[in-house]
Amino acid sequence: MEYSAIEVAKKVSNRWGNKPENIIEMMHDIQTELNYLPKDVLYEISKYANVPISKIFNIATFYNAFSLKPKGKYKICVCMGTPCHALGAPRIVSALERELDIKCGETTKDMKFSVEITGCVGTCGLAPVVVINEDLYGPVQVSSVPKLIKKYDSK
Amino acid sequence: MKNYRLQLMVCAGTACVSNHSLEIKEALEKEIQNHHIENEAQVVQTGCNGFCGAGPILVVQPDGIFYQLLKVTDVKLIVEEHLIKGRPVKKLLYTPPEEKTPIPKLSDIPFFAEQTLIALRNRGLIDPESIDDYIARGGYKALAKVLTSMTPDEVLNEIKISGLRGRGGGGFPTGVKWETCKKAHGDEKYVICNADEGDPGAFMDRSIIEGDPHSVIEGMIIGAYAIENVKQGYIYVRMEYPLAIKRFQIAINQAREYGLLGKNIFDKGFDFDIEIRRGAGAFVCGESTALMASIEGKPGEPRAKYIHTVEKGLWDKPTCLNNVETWANVPQIILRGGKWFASIGTGDVSEDPWGGSKGTKVFSLAGKVNNTGLVEVPMGITLRDIIFRIGGGIRDGKKFKAVQTGGPSGGFIPESLIDLPVDYEELTKVGSMMGSGGMVVTDEENCIVDMAKYFLAFTQAESCGKCIPCREGTKRMLDILEKITAGHGTEEDLILLEELSNAVVESSLCALGGSAPNPVLTSLKYFRDEYEAHVKGKTCPAHICRQLNVYKIDEKVCLEIGHGCDVCKKYCPDGAIIGERKKVHYIDPAKCGKCGACYDVCNFNAIYIE
Repeated sequence: MEYSAIEVAKKVSNRWGNKPENIIEMMHDIQTELNYLPKDVLYEISKYANVPISKIFNIATFYNAFSLKPKGKYKICVCMGTPCHALGAPRIVSALERELDIKCGETTKDMKFSVEITGCVGTCGLAPVVVINEDLYGPVQVSSVPKLIKKYDSK
Repeated sequence: MKNYRLQLMVCAGTACVSNHSLEIKEALEKEIQNHHIENEAQVVQTGCNGFCGAGPILVVQPDGIFYQLLKVTDVKLIVEEHLIKGRPVKKLLYTPPEEKTPIPKLSDIPFFAEQTLIALRNRGLIDPESIDDYIARGGYKALAKVLTSMTPDEVLNEIKISGLRGRGGGGFPTGVKWETCKKAHGDEKYVICNADEGDPGAFMDRSIIEGDPHSVIEGMIIGAYAIENVKQGYIYVRMEYPLAIKRFQIAINQAREYGLLGKNIFDKGFDFDIEIRRGAGAFVCGESTALMASIEGKPGEPRAKYIHTVEKGLWDKPTCLNNVETWANVPQIILRGGKWFASIGTGDVSEDPWGGSKGTKVFSLAGKVNNTGLVEVPMGITLRDIIFRIGGGIRDGKKFKAVQTGGPSGGFIPESLIDLPVDYEELTKVGSMMGSGGMVVTDEENCIVDMAKYFLAFTQAESCGKCIPCREGTKRMLDILEKITAGHGTEEDLILLEELSNAVVESSLCALGGSAPNPVLTSLKYFRDEYEAHVKGKTCPAHICRQLNVYKIDEKVCLEIGHGCDVCKKYCPDGAIIGERKKVHYIDPAKCGKCGACYDVCNFNAIYIE
């Protein structure tokens, strides 16, 4: 994705009043916009928000929501809440790994899909649940995984 | 306001939306227009009804006819039959499992009939994105009462009389917390709503926010007034709940527009405003000190609480933090009186604030029960009533094994204790806890050792790493559990596991580490035989721990039904499957890595576990 690090940092920092305490919110916005936290943008935002870069990396690596590596166009998150686990979420993860030929936490070579596990998304009535970007699916069965992937692959 | 003959309440909670309830709403509106009855029937989107397993849900008021599991294609039938001819569509109504006659009315369905609604009183009845709907149901009346006719001390007293205790899990008396914060020195104080609902299997807070965000905001304003010197409040919501964040933001904007937030509220010279902060996927941020660190823009690491947050919290100022459900109870207590609230529940709180559990508690019932969803019940109800009467029993007629309450900090409660009343003290006594209210039911097909490992893996991964007992202790405990589930466990491991658990409980810095071993301790206490089966017999009774399973192929099924489809061979990572298309396949036990991939992919159930 094409972006200007200075422009992104300036815009996001301004949105949160350039206040150091809002750095986490700023990082959320960068992640939403670019799908990950590029280093050059983080260096820029460090200047605008007046937060040392070491602190920014501390935050980026502490919180699960942030990623320093680019993610796939479609981020597949398998919910690992208790009900999802009890109703077979680990088998859904293996099915996705088989289907996409990557391990959980990785991204396919064409940058189309990444697979990860996520904390409870709170729709336990639909367990097991899979979230692909903004869309939520449930209950998902092992046998319905290939169809689900195909739906996004052809998009 | 216009009066309609019929109101169609479409559930727009996350679960129903993901199953296309918004498309159903659109289709309903279109169909109603096609039949020119738009002056008689109105379509309203509501918050979560709580009966998430039955979604998408439509309730036709004023009769309260309940439709479940709807599809866009059902809309035409409902409009033509029910709205025009007045005949509810039988096949779309709720039918209890193992029965044939449907129950048309929501209020007659056991799942709803057995509940007492306080925090969830508006669920399914209002549009959560409309402040007018909330006001029409008596919303902000409590705030008006507080600001026009009560002193802050009177408000505080009412909360104390009610016996309300923290609904986030700790059960700390809310009145005591407010009072300590009120007395703390400082002319700048904060209130926080903890909506970082991280417990897996818990979604009470999400439903309250998505269904009735104003009740939380009203509670916070009342709290700020009672504590005094509070000008700013924060709502800390986890980013996994995008719809909740959106609804909160809408609600805050509307409240500002109506002058209920901001400067000089109700012309009483009282200023208060609320901002939202998004969590970033760290479970530990549900802990109060970690949450405050996160709001300050730091990594969410907890600190030792020699000085409580009510004295020195956010930016070292006195801070009162309560859970979503606690705040949502406040307006009702003010309106109906603390005495009324205290009349529900167990024990006596007039002398000792810890003397009983008052009011109701919202639980999210999930796992292997027939009716999954959100239930609000009076304190003191038994677990049996919740699981079997409201929850409708175990799915597929399987045998109940245990109920896990309190999320990863709670414990397993076995069948022998199922008549236990739900109460803060009673649950703690058996090694579990109230927690935020997750209630996950497991049946005979769940392996308790695997479940304990699951919870521990969760807390271990979420440990912030600040203190050693939690960082290292949970890791070593997890190693032992992994060893056991892989079939290499010894009897000494069980003793070591117990010792280590107790050490972690006693020496961890915050509640995350202090309660992380609870699932292990309770499962060891009540289900030791299952651990022993893994350790001594090297078998997993529920066939969940794959390394202990022996996979076999039923030759007859493979050949006659599957015609030797060869799919298992394609997916076997170890090359352990012998055979070719249209012929019988076999598993070579010497090569089999026991990953279970063949078992998952076989379309004919030809592979079984011995």
